[in-house]
Amino acid sequence: MSLVQFLVLGAFMFSLGVYGLLVRRNAVMVLLAIELMLNAVNLNLIAFEAALRTTFAGGQIFAIFAITVAAAEVGIGLAIVLLIFRNRRSVNVDELDVMRW
Amino acid sequence: MVFAAEEVMVHATDGGWLAQWAWLIVVAPFVAMVAIVFFGKRMPRKGGEVAVGAMGFVFVYAAALLILNITKGVIYQHSIQVAQLGNVSVEWGWVVDGLSTMMYFVVGILSFLVFTYAIGYMKGDVRETWFFAAFSLFVGSMLVLVSAPNLIQLIVGWEGVGLSSYLLIGHYWEEKENSSAGMKAFYTNKIADVGLIIGAIVLGTAVGSFRYSDILDAAASNSSVLVPVAVLGGVLLFIGAMGKSAQFPFHVWLPDAMAGPTPVSSLMHAATMVTAGVYLVARMYPLYAGMASDMRVLIVIIGTVTLLIAGLLAIVQDDLKRVLAYSTVSQLGYMVAALGAGGYTAGLFHLWTHAFFKGLLFLTAGSIIHAVHSNNMSDMGGLRKQMPVTFWSFTSASLALVAIIPFAGFFSKDEILATLGNNGYTWAMWIGILGAFITAFYMGRAMFLTFFGSYKGEAHVHESPGVMAVPMAILAVASLIAGWVNIPGVYEGFHHWVTGRAIAFPSFSTEGFDVPVMLTGLGFALAGIIVAYFVYFRDAETQQARDRVRIPVLWPLLEHKYYLDDLYLATLINPIKGPIARAVNWTNSYIIDGIVNGAGVVARILARFVYGDLDQKGIDLAVNTAAIVTGSAGGQARRLQTGKVQQYAAMTVAGAVLLVIAIVIFT
Repeated sequence: MSLVQFLVLGAFMFSLGVYGLLVRRNAVMVLLAIELMLNAVNLNLIAFEAALRTTFAGGQIFAIFAITVAAAEVGIGLAIVLLIFRNRRSVNVDELDVMRW
Repeated sequence: MVFAAEEVMVHATDGGWLAQWAWLIVVAPFVAMVAIVFFGKRMPRKGGEVAVGAMGFVFVYAAALLILNITKGVIYQHSIQVAQLGNVSVEWGWVVDGLSTMMYFVVGILSFLVFTYAIGYMKGDVRETWFFAAFSLFVGSMLVLVSAPNLIQLIVGWEGVGLSSYLLIGHYWEEKENSSAGMKAFYTNKIADVGLIIGAIVLGTAVGSFRYSDILDAAASNSSVLVPVAVLGGVLLFIGAMGKSAQFPFHVWLPDAMAGPTPVSSLMHAATMVTAGVYLVARMYPLYAGMASDMRVLIVIIGTVTLLIAGLLAIVQDDLKRVLAYSTVSQLGYMVAALGAGGYTAGLFHLWTHAFFKGLLFLTAGSIIHAVHSNNMSDMGGLRKQMPVTFWSFTSASLALVAIIPFAGFFSKDEILATLGNNGYTWAMWIGILGAFITAFYMGRAMFLTFFGSYKGEAHVHESPGVMAVPMAILAVASLIAGWVNIPGVYEGFHHWVTGRAIAFPSFSTEGFDVPVMLTGLGFALAGIIVAYFVYFRDAETQQARDRVRIPVLWPLLEHKYYLDDLYLATLINPIKGPIARAVNWTNSYIIDGIVNGAGVVARILARFVYGDLDQKGIDLAVNTAAIVTGSAGGQARRLQTGKVQQYAAMTVAGAVLLVIAIVIFT
């Protein structure tokens, strides 16, 4: 298994995530797209770690951090989405423009 | 602050703690004044009790100093440097020696008695509190003057006396005349003060010190630095003394000063104001006796002219207080003439006795005015029975003033006449004897018109209350015995009191009884009383008819005060008020105002340009433009903030992509 294969898969997943982030209207789907991007990054970290074999295993540790943060993020994100839904009966991000000037 | 202390000790003790703490008597009246100003209104006697307490303290302390001086002799001087201005050292201090203890005592006892009297006299006055505060200031200023060890402090006290006398003479300022009298006193004194100040500068700069001790030492040792200016300085200082001691031609303010409340007149004439000039001449006596002796004849001339013309003026006055005022001027003439003729003791002795009987005469006059509600003798008459204490006090004081043995004035006036005669001023002695006749005549007139005959006034007459009567009675006794302290051949204490000075006296003469002169003076005085008796004793319908003697040329002259006021009005005041004031006014309105207004107009034009063009159009434009640019830029830029999260995300991604592209290209 060469490093390039992992990087291609990671790039594909990241692009998929960006695409989802930009075009999906449902906030839940946007959150899912963000998860996809995070996992693409994690994949890259693990792949580089496996290829370079650093003494302190930085890639793996970083990946675990990212997973932890992602879990927290998705928890808060879903809570926000839930509250927005309760208030506005909608989770369409195009309608959530109250934070502009 | 630098403390420069100096103690002088010549043939006497240094006075111990009593002299070292003598500054307390100078401070006490000022403390009283401040206390009265702040708390007087809330006190039962409107602050009068504080003033009397302070004066009581001054009196007791001064009496202790006098006793110390009599028993042991005291010469003490202390100076504290207040400031150093170039070569001039400004000092504050106090002198305790023969001359100053005598003055402290005179000021202390008169102030105490007159203040006590004033409690009764001023009761219910419009400005009782104010009066006692100013009165305390008056005494305090005089004590600053007397205690001064240098000419600068003397001038401070001198001006303080002038200021407070102005305040007190104009006490009833609601009437224009009274405030004018205050101003007249102030201006007349001020003109004379110029002489004093220049004289002090002349002597002080020549010697290099303003201390009496230095100046008088230089005078006594014929110091070469003092020789060129001694006579000039002596004349200038004497001009200052002429103003305060109301010598011709500066005497015009003193009779008008009667506008003040009577206790003020009493103290002013006895102890605290007019004696200042005599005190100055006595203090500088070694200068006049030695180097400046050339000008002593001038002093004698001024003194005799004053005693004669003022005595004559007293004859025609209807206002009782004015009679006494001219009498004071006349007696001051005696003192000055005596000092000029070399009678250091004689002049001061007359100051001493005069203080008691003239203070008393004013107190009795005040008591009469209090009862009759008029100053004019034409409203009086026959008061002898209703006012016995006043009558007997007035009699005692009058006999002292007229110089009838054994009353106080006899001894002092006789000593003056003897001094004038022995020192070669025979003409002055004869004028003095003539003055004694005139004195007796006008006092007899005042006596008979006031206390004998029938009452001509309206008000209900009553004797004054005890608080006024007791001081009068005490002074009546003093008028009798005050002269016994210096009887030639019997007891010459006074002479030793006042010559206990730090400076050795070049020459002074202690006079013995000159029997022919004494008898002549006494004879003239008795003749004056007898003439007055024949002219004024007989009662008549009205006081005008009773007061009927008119000598053709002399009387109109006297009634117009020798036209001196008119002369001053014509030569000094009107030119100043008229052309000079107008010229000054014109200069002021057209030239100075023109300059000021021109400057104002220029400034306004300049200001309009600065405000309208430079500020409003220049600076504000720049500021506003910057603000508008910022605002519109912000308005445009805020359109980026759509609130659409996905747009932001898209931009972030685009930015990241651009960064990646840039990195790839440039590395």
